[in-house]
Amino acid sequence: MEQIIFYTLAIVTVIATIFAITEKHPVHAIIYLVTSFFALAVIFFLLSAPMVAVFEVIIYAGAVMVLFMFVVMMLEMGRPEDAKRPSLRHCLPALLLSGIILVSLVLLLTTRSIQIPDGSHAVSVTDFALTLFSNYGVAIELISMQLLFAIVGVLYLGRRFTK
Amino acid sequence: MHLLIFASILFCLGLICVLIWRSNVIMMLIGIEIMLNSAMLVFVAGSNFWGKADGQIFALMIIALTSAEVSLALAMVVYLHRRDKTVNVDEFRELRD
Repeated sequence: MEQIIFYTLAIVTVIATIFAITEKHPVHAIIYLVTSFFALAVIFFLLSAPMVAVFEVIIYAGAVMVLFMFVVMMLEMGRPEDAKRPSLRHCLPALLLSGIILVSLVLLLTTRSIQIPDGSHAVSVTDFALTLFSNYGVAIELISMQLLFAIVGVLYLGRRFTK
Repeated sequence: MHLLIFASILFCLGLICVLIWRSNVIMMLIGIEIMLNSAMLVFVAGSNFWGKADGQIFALMIIALTSAEVSLALAMVVYLHRRDKTVNVDEFRELRD
């Protein structure tokens, strides 16, 4: 049952991502990307990571995508009908490079045998919180400082010019 | 196993998005988001595979990093658009005001 759900969600994610990267209107692309993120959040839930799934929905699909949407609407980037896709000649090197990387990754993954570790158990939220607050205190401090620096940088970049 | 192949497919889609959308900075940022998501998927899969919570904690760090990165990058996009009236990456050639 979980296998079927996983494959369905994986297909949904990949198709939504393909639509997102081929869509020339940024708002439609963002909507497709939110679909893809919701499917990915359910995959995280299947992988026994409920916290990451919840943060994916709240922060990614909620905050970050709304930020993108605000900026797209703020910039009024011309007429969306006039925006043109990159031509196939531009796409060709990118497709070639990505194809080579994908084929080599899949070959690497399929030819190596992975030994299943014994005694692994599902990670509960309690394990997550204990590990986070006992072993990774420095990481929390780093994240908070990084967010503070981001706030200062954004305030500096977004200031009004008075000439 | 299939998870890792799925994550590689997502990563390559993000890479394609970054490489082909040079005419729009916002689509490039979306490609970076897709790539970071596939990296997060690999971390969570490893955390589930070995039964340790460290991978999920790094996924959480990636989320925090992405929110900081996106806010800075979008502020820069707004600044550049206010300066040059375009979002085409090929047009941005100089650093001075």
